[in-house]
Amino acid sequence: MDFSKIDLWILACSGITVIVTIWMGFRSAKTSKSASDFFVAGRSVSVGWNASAISGEYLSAASFMGIAGMVMLSGYDALWYPVCYACGYLFLLLFIAGPLRRFGAYTIPDFAEGRYDSPVFRKIAVCFVLFIGFFYTMPQMKGAGTTLAYIFPGLPYWVGVALVGAVITLNVALGGMKGITLVQAVQYWIKMFAISVPVFVLLSVYGSYGKNLSQNHSAADGTSPPAIVQTVDRAITDRHALPEKAPKDEAWIAPFGPLTTKAAKAAGLTAAEAKPYSLLYTFSLIVALVCGTAGLPHILVRFYTNPDGVAAKKTTMWVMILIGVFYVFPPIFGVLGRNFLPELYAATGSKGPDKVVLELPILIREKYGIMGSILSGITCAGAFAAFMSTFSGLLVSMTGALAHDVYGRMLRPDATPEDRMKMFKWCAILVGSVSVLLGSMVEPLEINFMVGQAFAIAAASYFPLLFMSVWWRGMTMKGAATGMLTGGLCALLSATLVNASTLALDKGPMGKLFAGFGGINDFWKVHPLLRILCEQPAIWSVPLSIGLMIVVSKATRATIPADVRMKMLVLHAPEDLGLKQEYIQEQQGAAH
Amino acid sequence: MLLLFSCFLIAVCAAIYPNQFYMIPTPPDHDDFIHSEEFLNALMKRQLKLSIACATAFLILLCGLPLLNYFAPIFMAQRVGGFTLAWLILGVLFFPYVWIIARVFITRSMALENEEVGRAAEGNKRQS
Repeated sequence: MDFSKIDLWILACSGITVIVTIWMGFRSAKTSKSASDFFVAGRSVSVGWNASAISGEYLSAASFMGIAGMVMLSGYDALWYPVCYACGYLFLLLFIAGPLRRFGAYTIPDFAEGRYDSPVFRKIAVCFVLFIGFFYTMPQMKGAGTTLAYIFPGLPYWVGVALVGAVITLNVALGGMKGITLVQAVQYWIKMFAISVPVFVLLSVYGSYGKNLSQNHSAADGTSPPAIVQTVDRAITDRHALPEKAPKDEAWIAPFGPLTTKAAKAAGLTAAEAKPYSLLYTFSLIVALVCGTAGLPHILVRFYTNPDGVAAKKTTMWVMILIGVFYVFPPIFGVLGRNFLPELYAATGSKGPDKVVLELPILIREKYGIMGSILSGITCAGAFAAFMSTFSGLLVSMTGALAHDVYGRMLRPDATPEDRMKMFKWCAILVGSVSVLLGSMVEPLEINFMVGQAFAIAAASYFPLLFMSVWWRGMTMKGAATGMLTGGLCALLSATLVNASTLALDKGPMGKLFAGFGGINDFWKVHPLLRILCEQPAIWSVPLSIGLMIVVSKATRATIPADVRMKMLVLHAPEDLGLKQEYIQEQQGAAH
Repeated sequence: MLLLFSCFLIAVCAAIYPNQFYMIPTPPDHDDFIHSEEFLNALMKRQLKLSIACATAFLILLCGLPLLNYFAPIFMAQRVGGFTLAWLILGVLFFPYVWIIARVFITRSMALENEEVGRAAEGNKRQS
C-alpha cells in the first residue's frame, strides 16, 4: 500500500464522520437504556426530526453509491431503482402503515404472533429477518470495501470490508448505535449534504443535467449530431471518449437497455426479439421494489416513533419528500460519470462504476485545486454515513432476532437477563462476522443489484403476509406461513443461484471458488426466460405467495383466530375510538 | 439443492400442522355499534376504496410508462431541454407526482377517520 497516495482531505472528512457517528451513538445510548426508550424515542421529538430519522435509516449504500454506479453502467433502466425505492413508500402508506401502527406491533414477528396468536409463527417469521438482513448487508459491505479501497489506494478490498465490519460490530456489541432517532436524523442530513453540494458544483463546472444527457446520442435523434447547446466553453462540455466495454449511447439512454436485455443478448437474440423479455424484466423489477419496500423489517419499526396517528401521517409525507428529493441526485452522478470518467467502465469490482460518486469530484482538482479533494472528501463522508447507518440498523435488528427470539425463546427460555445481554454481544459478533465473510465474497456484484434482491425476497415473504393479514379476515396462520415460506424461499434460492453463477464468471479468486456454478450460465444461454425469472423473481413469487395464502387459508378455514373481528377492528378503526386499549385489557384478562 | 429445499419444506409443514385442530369461533361479548359487523365492514370497505383509488393513480403511471416506452419509443425519445421525455418523467417528474398522491391520500384518510369517529358515536347513541 502506498501511503503517499492518500489524500488527507478525504481521509479527514471520512474520519470525522466515523468518529462523530460513534460518539453520538454512545452518547444517546447512555441516556436511553430500556427497549421502550428505544422504540418511543421519537415521541419526544418533532415531526421534522422523526422524518429525517426514518429517511436516514432508509438511505443505504445502494442509494448513495449504487444507483449512480448502476445508472452509469446501464443507463435509463437503472432509473427504476431510485423511483421505486421512493415510491414503494407510497404503497406502504396506502395499505400497511396505518393498520400496523394501530395494531401496535413493533416488528413484523411481533405482528405475526399477535395477529394469529401463534408463537410458532413468530419463529418462522423471524427467519426472514435474518434472510433479508444478510442479503441487505452484503451490498453495504461492498460499499465499505469500495470506499476504503478508494481512500487508501492499494488496500485490498476484503481488508476494507473486515475493518468497517469489525468497527461497527464492536460498536453495536458495546451498546452504541441503537438506532436512536437523533443519530439517524443527523445521518440523513449528512447524506443529503454530501450528495447535493458536489452535484451543484459539478453541474456549474460541466453544464446542466439536461445538457450532459443531450451529449448521449439517442436512436431517435436521427443522423445529425446531438444537439449540444454551446453557451459555455466548448472544451468544458466535451465528453471523454468511451472505452470498448462501455454500452453504446443509443442503448444506454433508451429504455430496455443493457440491464434488462443482458440475458436475451447472451442467448443470441436480436434487439427486436429481446424487447419483450426486457419488458418482463422491467415489470418484475418494479413489483420487487414497490412491494419490497412495504415489507422491509427495519423500516416499519419507525412508524411507532410518532405520538399519534396524525403526526405519523405528517411524518410519512415528509419522509416521501425527503427521500424523493435525495433520489434526484445520484443519477446525475451516473450521467456525469459516463461523460467525464468513462475509464471506470474498463475496471471491475471495487474499482468499477460503483465508486463514481467518490471519484467524480476529484476531476475538478485540475481546475480548482483543493476544492476537488474537499468535495470528494464530502462524498466519502456521505458514503460512510450511508453504509454505517444501514449496517448498524440491520445488525441491531438481526442480533435482536437471534438473541431474543432464537436464543431467548427457542433454545433457552429460562435464561436470565444477564445471560441474554451476554448473548446479545456474542450474537452481534456472530452476525457481524458472517456479514464480513459474505461481504468479502461479493466484490464482483453491483451494490444496487444486491439490494434489489433483498427487496425481491421481502416482496415475496413479508409483503404478502402484511398485506393479506391486514385486509383479509379469512387468513389463517397455516395459510400465512405456507405462502410466506414458499414465496420467500423461492425468491431467496433464485437470487442465490443468480449470484453464484455471476461470481463463477469472475476472473479473480471468487471465480475459482464458485467455478462449480459455471454450468448454470450455459443453461441460461439456452433459456433466457428462465434466467430473467431467476434474476427478478418477484413477478412470479409474489403471486405464488399470495395464491398459496388464499388456497391454504380456505382449506384450513376452521382455524381462523376466534377474535378475528376484534383484531380487524383494532387494525382499522380510528385510534380515537380507543379500541386498542380495550383489546389489550381483554388479552390481559384472558391470560389471568 | 432442490432436495434439501423440499426436505426443509416438509419439515416446516410438519411443524406447522401437528394436528388438524379445529377451533369454534366464539362470538365477542360486545354488542354495541362499534363492535358490530356492520361498522367494521363499512369501515374496511371505505378505507380500501380510498387506498385502491390512490394506488390506481400511482399504478397508471408506474405500469403505463414501460408500456409507453415499449409501444411509442420514438415519442418517448424526443428531447425536452436535453432530457429524453422518458428520462425526464422517470428521473425527475415522477417524484412530485407521487407527493401529490400521498398528500391527497393523507388528507382524505384523516377526514375519513374523523367521519368514522362521528358515525361510531352516533351509532352507539342510537343503539342505547
